[in-house]
Amino acid sequence: MQAKLSIQNIYYTYPDGSEALRNITFDVQPNEVFVLFGPARSGKTTLLRLLNRLTDLIEGDTIRGVITFNGVNIAERTVDVYSLRRRISMVFAVPTPLPGSIYSNLTYGLRMAGVRDKTLLDARVHQSLEQAGLWDEVKDRLNSSAMALSGGQKQRLCLARSLALEPEVILLDNPTSGLDPISTSVVEETLRVLRERYTIIMVPHSVQQAARVADRAGFMLDGELVEVADGEQMFLHPQDQRTEDYITGRFG
Amino acid sequence: MTTAQTPAPAAADAPSRRPSEIAIEALIWLAGASTIVIVALIFYFLLREGINTFLDIPLRQLFGRRWYPIEDQFGLLPLLAGTVIVTLGAVIIAVPLGVIAAIYLGEIAPPWLREILKPLIEILAGIPSIVLGFLGWVALAPVVQRLGAPTGLTGFTGSLLLAYMALPTIISIAEDALYAVPKEYRDGSLAIGATQWQTIWRVVLPAARSGLVIAVMLGIGRVIGETMAVLMVTGNAANVPSLGLATFFSPVRTMTATIAAEMGEVAQGSLHYNVLFGIGLILFVITFLVNWLATRLVGVNSMRRKRGGGL
Repeated sequence: MQAKLSIQNIYYTYPDGSEALRNITFDVQPNEVFVLFGPARSGKTTLLRLLNRLTDLIEGDTIRGVITFNGVNIAERTVDVYSLRRRISMVFAVPTPLPGSIYSNLTYGLRMAGVRDKTLLDARVHQSLEQAGLWDEVKDRLNSSAMALSGGQKQRLCLARSLALEPEVILLDNPTSGLDPISTSVVEETLRVLRERYTIIMVPHSVQQAARVADRAGFMLDGELVEVADGEQMFLHPQDQRTEDYITGRFG
Repeated sequence: MTTAQTPAPAAADAPSRRPSEIAIEALIWLAGASTIVIVALIFYFLLREGINTFLDIPLRQLFGRRWYPIEDQFGLLPLLAGTVIVTLGAVIIAVPLGVIAAIYLGEIAPPWLREILKPLIEILAGIPSIVLGFLGWVALAPVVQRLGAPTGLTGFTGSLLLAYMALPTIISIAEDALYAVPKEYRDGSLAIGATQWQTIWRVVLPAARSGLVIAVMLGIGRVIGETMAVLMVTGNAANVPSLGLATFFSPVRTMTATIAAEMGEVAQGSLHYNVLFGIGLILFVITFLVNWLATRLVGVNSMRRKRGGGL
């Protein structure tokens, strides 16, 4: 089976010279939840942002290495990042509803891609809200402001906004930070369902969450990928001493 | 013994009532109150000196086309027209330029260029208007004349100059408004495949709308209030220009310029003197209306956002 994403010997350096990622290599298989966990400032978010090229916003950085997506190298400067971001879309730690209605938030990505067909837009809105587990809560007020939603609803809205594009990969950067336990479990439940259609790479809120949702996991430390393993293997029998120390709470 | 050591609640309150505290509070109160009192006094003074304009002169004459103070003809239409023409022209030029410049500064320019441009724009704001007026008279007017106007000193020249003066205000406030838009909005938009232009147009500008409205309104305020520069470059003719292209390319005279030009020669207490204050009153009302409109627009915007407009 061909890997969905294959990260090969990636080095990433910020303009100030600090090396955020060192020699990262791993594969992400289709329809799995791949969890990247580790202490703060270990390069997890940088890696996610690199995968849909949001790092392009930074001037003067350097990328070395290869990232293949369905066999195509997307670390190349020549890649069309806009269509890439529609296929590998990202959801952030802080929910980012755009000023406007729920409906316009959900159709935003499609409209920016040039989709005008109202029937298609409506269908995608319904479908993505269902997938994000938000349809029942907002179906009667699609035209009211997205800003008025609760924190958990906003986060699922942002998830739905990405899903409306029917991407292949969803990048989730700590999507449950700031959510209460109930909203968190709703989002986690949603991920389990989404896995059937999408490939998910996620930075979790905690080791516990990592253990709950991971099919496979990678432990990151100081810009390096220490260990990659199946979820169960990783959290019950880590191979590397540093992973074990982190999981058991000795640091981090 | 322990109770004696714990200070009573009243004692804890005492330090805040020390004389120095009271004095400072009084000073702050005085500073706040004085601004209100001064504005009220200005309004009262304007009203006292200017109200005769509207009582003694028949409205038909007051809104007529003949401004000949020596013949006791006080038609304000030429002056109103002058102000409207010059202001409108300046706004048409300055608002798009200012907002686009702010977008460039805030969203597109590389940081090193921004570091150079921002202080330059602030210096531009600090140039005395009389210096700009002089420049306009010497440098801008000949250019306008070469465009085909009968004289270089026209409403359009005034508009150009005023636009230039309003630009720093509009740019710096609009840029602040754009800066206040959370970075997350931009990330959220870019992360699902929108281009930078789409993000600016669909997300950043709508989110910054109320700040942009304020920028434009303050720019307009600066334009309406400006006196010396317009006095120098608009040709100083209290005429109502004919409609068409000539509207902008004829000499005009604004209300502010009229006050500045005639106040020195007028006999105190005469009707002419009262009318000049009457013009001041009208300007006061216009400024008030602009401010009121600005708050209304901003209010409507935030209401619309709650209802889910935008995007």
